[in-house]
Amino acid sequence: MADTRKPLPQPTPETQDFWDGAKAGNLRLQKCTECANVYFPPRPFCPACASRSVKSFNASGKGTLHSYVINHRAAPGFEADAPYAIAVVMLDEGVKMMTSMVNIEQTPEALMLDMPVEVAFEAVSETISLPKFQPVAGGAK
Amino acid sequence: MKPGSVAIVGAAETTELGIIPGLSQIQLHADAALNALKDAGLSPKDIDGVATAGESPVAIAHYLGIKPTYVDGTSVGGCSFMLHVRHAAAAINEGLATTVLVTHGESGRSRVGAGRFGGSPASLQGQFEAPYGAAGPPSMFTIPVLRYMKEYGVTHEQLAMVAVVQREWAGMNPRASFRDPITVEDVLNSRMIAYPFHLLECCLVTDGGGALILTSADRAKDFPTKPVYIIGTGESAETPMISQMYDFKSSTAFRISGKKAFDEAGIKRSEVDHLMIYDAFAHLPLYGLEDLGFVKPGEAAQFIWDGNTRPGGKLPLNTNGGGLSFMHSGMYGMYALQESVRQMRGTAAAQVANAKISVSHGVGGMFAAAGTIIMSNERP
Repeated sequence: MADTRKPLPQPTPETQDFWDGAKAGNLRLQKCTECANVYFPPRPFCPACASRSVKSFNASGKGTLHSYVINHRAAPGFEADAPYAIAVVMLDEGVKMMTSMVNIEQTPEALMLDMPVEVAFEAVSETISLPKFQPVAGGAK
Repeated sequence: MKPGSVAIVGAAETTELGIIPGLSQIQLHADAALNALKDAGLSPKDIDGVATAGESPVAIAHYLGIKPTYVDGTSVGGCSFMLHVRHAAAAINEGLATTVLVTHGESGRSRVGAGRFGGSPASLQGQFEAPYGAAGPPSMFTIPVLRYMKEYGVTHEQLAMVAVVQREWAGMNPRASFRDPITVEDVLNSRMIAYPFHLLECCLVTDGGGALILTSADRAKDFPTKPVYIIGTGESAETPMISQMYDFKSSTAFRISGKKAFDEAGIKRSEVDHLMIYDAFAHLPLYGLEDLGFVKPGEAAQFIWDGNTRPGGKLPLNTNGGGLSFMHSGMYGMYALQESVRQMRGTAAAQVANAKISVSHGVGGMFAAAGTIIMSNERP
């Protein structure tokens, strides 16, 4: 299991569905049933129109690498990983999410902006799996 | 706010800047406040409004012996002090107080009596950012920049030049932490902190503080200092999570804050003689120049590369050396305001000749919030 000094998310009532989905291998996003807005992070109302009629769905898990840094001064618990990328992916559904990049060299040469990526969940505790992202094999979407 | 209705009549930084292990954080606030009171010829009993961040305004009011009719603890990061000035102007105009003291003090480096960092694991940042090893500004504030660089074709050399130019200004400031000239090569050879950011493209960590005293413009003539009039103000908030910044190429908060300030002041960008853009990292001046409308999107890097913001250039920027070379205690906005005031008073170390209008713009958190204050030494 992962280094226990790394900070773990503490789910709240509004985010529990996201974390339950991640544990089951699904990337959960939310969509407003009135205005069709898809948004992140999760909340029980639509931030575009304030409707409380929203529902969760399983996203495709696919997106592109939007931006990143390669961190040389490790956060506590990440010393063995340094230098490591902290990335933001743009999901196909149009929302951005911070993540780690796995199965790829943590270098500027390997991490190319706009490369296609897909979610790869990593179990970090008995209840939490983190959505991390890896390159799509063959570079195809 | 009616432009020119409120003025800054007292302004000072802490007696020392840099490494101050002998003063706790609250005493840094007080040291700056006492200096500002002396500057304005006032005592604490003359103050009826208190605004601060980093410490509670209750703590500051009590510590200084002030019994306020107006209290502002707006705490949105480093630009909080721009918001304090904006709110104080509105408060004075509305009669909530007559004389407002804004204080800042931060034991950023020495950590004497300073709070702890870090949010709760149940916060949105705690759930959706901290688990990926994001820790502190150098690894988070910098995240949008590769996207910005790709979209606009900005090179690593151009990013480094921001730091080079600001070091030129710091060289003229006896109170700056680092004053020796540096080159683009020096910057790119400095230790990598969070690619693409090298050490010299990241702000310093130091101790210090500053304070301002504001009152109505009509009263300002009774003070020993040259009045500095507030002619435009703006503020905005965006997101507590850098990953959720709406557009990685532009700060929405900067745009909203800047537009409000310029609309209020009713001036053209070309009328601005002096500019301060809180530079926590080397990319902030790029976003600031574009989002405040001084250059078109994507043009800031070339604008700086061509020498427009350096000594002798047409738009002097960060003339104290900035957070990159002068000092930076964690929240920097007060120091930007202090340099703008000095430029308007004619007392800056690197004084811009005949400067009449200064813009002081700050960022809060990591593109989380913004505040913009436009000042002039001429009453509209």
